[in-house]
Amino acid sequence: MDDVVIRAEKLSKAYDIRHSVQVNRYSTIQETLLSLPKKLFGKHQTTERFWALKEVSFEVRRGDRVGIIGRNGAGKSTLLKLLTKITEPTSGQAIINGRVASLLEVGTGFHPELTGRENIFMNGAILGMSRAEIRKKFDEIVAFAEVEKFIDTPVKRYSSGMYVRLAFAVAAHLEPEILLVDEVLAVGDAHFQKKCLGKMEDVSKNEERTVLFVSHNMPMISSLCETCILLHEGRILRMGATSEVIQAYYSKGIASDGSVDFTKDGRAHGDETARILHARMTNEEGGIVTESLINRSVIIEMEYEITLSEAKVSPNFLFYTSEGVCAFMSSDVSIDPKSDLKKEKGIYRAKCILPANFLNQDTYYIGLALTTPMTQKVHFYEKEVLQLNVVDPLDNVETRGQIPVRIPGVVRPLLRWECEKIS
Amino acid sequence: MGIPNVGYSISRPMTNNPQTIIRPSIGLAYLDLREIWRYRDLLFMLAAREIQLRYKQTAFGVVWAVLQPLLPAAIFAVIFGLFAKLPSNGSPYLLFVFTGTMIWNLFSQAITRAGNSLVGNANLISKVYFPRIIVPLSSVGAVLFDFLITGLILVALMIVYRMPPGLNILLFPAFLLLALVTAIGISLWLSALNVKYRDFMYAMPFLVQVWLYATPVVYASSLIPQKYRWIYSINPAVGFVEGFRWSVLGRGTLSASMLFVSAGVAAVTLVTGLIYFRTTERKFADVI
Repeated sequence: MDDVVIRAEKLSKAYDIRHSVQVNRYSTIQETLLSLPKKLFGKHQTTERFWALKEVSFEVRRGDRVGIIGRNGAGKSTLLKLLTKITEPTSGQAIINGRVASLLEVGTGFHPELTGRENIFMNGAILGMSRAEIRKKFDEIVAFAEVEKFIDTPVKRYSSGMYVRLAFAVAAHLEPEILLVDEVLAVGDAHFQKKCLGKMEDVSKNEERTVLFVSHNMPMISSLCETCILLHEGRILRMGATSEVIQAYYSKGIASDGSVDFTKDGRAHGDETARILHARMTNEEGGIVTESLINRSVIIEMEYEITLSEAKVSPNFLFYTSEGVCAFMSSDVSIDPKSDLKKEKGIYRAKCILPANFLNQDTYYIGLALTTPMTQKVHFYEKEVLQLNVVDPLDNVETRGQIPVRIPGVVRPLLRWECEKIS
Repeated sequence: MGIPNVGYSISRPMTNNPQTIIRPSIGLAYLDLREIWRYRDLLFMLAAREIQLRYKQTAFGVVWAVLQPLLPAAIFAVIFGLFAKLPSNGSPYLLFVFTGTMIWNLFSQAITRAGNSLVGNANLISKVYFPRIIVPLSSVGAVLFDFLITGLILVALMIVYRMPPGLNILLFPAFLLLALVTAIGISLWLSALNVKYRDFMYAMPFLVQVWLYATPVVYASSLIPQKYRWIYSINPAVGFVEGFRWSVLGRGTLSASMLFVSAGVAAVTLVTGLIYFRTTERKFADVI
């Protein structure tokens, strides 16, 4: 019996990217009108082929748990989309033996107006379960999600934790031979995450199911997967034992280059009000970094364009720990809390200094956003744009002193202590 | 190796493992009816969700399903029946126009909703695989539900006017089927085109408006000179509107040749719609 459940042979996927020539930059009505015919007939566009995935070949055996790692845009999600038939390859092929189910995003098809019960059936059907199958598993799903009391309440009244739990529970009770998981465990509280991990481990160990797991969370990958595939710019850079691949990921300096150019792919990253152009992390000297010592400061820099005058846009970012816990959020409103943030059209740069002795040692994933704080309208948001490794050099660290073990906590601030002998 | 559990397990023979080959498709894609059948639960649930959501947070609820064809029919009855005195082949004008609007509404609502259905479910399409045709089909299904409810009003009107249906009513399912076939054909075209060219979203209301007047809803086909009627019936809606009315009221202008032309156009639309949908479907997730 052939035990290979997935065989990918030179799998490739190309996207034709249209570069619109400065569509949003027309300054006069006349110019806009003149460009209209061009716009209508598409002549202002130049197309460029972008290979999201290029000749990727690999084999996965029954019961394997394979991690897929790589930077944003390395082709991880494209690979999963091809394997789940959401989109078609441009060339190459993959042969899959067995039923595939994907957890590309938990809660796909959830509708806020429908009750938990209705959403379970809906979501299950979308994921390919029959009604009979869902009915059989219904109680198990509800119990796993811990939402028994609210099962007949519209999910719009759920807390976000409940929502995610329910969504994951439905997907976790699918019974495919091959489960593809994309970054879904970055949500939910630690307790529930652990439960999900346990469930996934169970699934593959006891039931010989195959799991392909895309994540940025290296601790999670290394605890869950025996083998790993490292993708870089659409190609497989390395494949093998998880620890080696993770090491390659970090040592080759591709974990993150500390600088992201959003203008590169020709798409507008944002909406008609504002869009992001660049993001980078630097040290105090201005050099781009991806790693920082715990007692050095790091500067987060965002360049963005305001394309609507008088926009009240505020750049901000969110720091997530490697376990997916949001460490903090910060925005430029703190410059002047009384300001209405009104900005003219133009290109702006925002810098934020993260002080030394602030974050603990960990890998932090930084999501960037452009938001209008008053209306909470999000013009741009992308998670995990930047990735910062905070390293503890152990010696001469004020917050460590002579402590020999790992110091717990999301942050590790240098606080002022006053001690005196009082008797 | 353990006891086989209720789900899939390794002790199951390989033959139960469906093999999927993922590769670029070439040429015309054929219609995989077996796969659609496998996803029938999703089809019903999407339709049920659409019905549920449509009437949630409305004070009148399903009453709207009844009012939607009844109100325009009443207005048409006043304007075209009372003032303009359009011919109605001897039936009471209200009943005449109501049968027309009822089946017309099924068609126009189906193509409008189904036409926008893929774009409206963009998040599903870019995240999960299932036969995409399920989406427009479920919209048509949801509209069919409204149609069946309006049927109650028709029965009530027929009682009021003391016009029991004749034997013609036996052909009613055939004409309903023709209406659905036409609606699905057009929906496949519109929904697939809409994914790539959102222009159709804006053009659709006008299309429906113009189409209404090109269809014997408020007037009878007898208004059209005999020799042009076959050209007139290239509009596939002519066949099922006149046919439906004939099956309910027992009177009409429908000739066999008109019906054949309309049904032929409907069949061609369905086949070409299926081909177009299937060939563009593989790009949906990339362009939506």
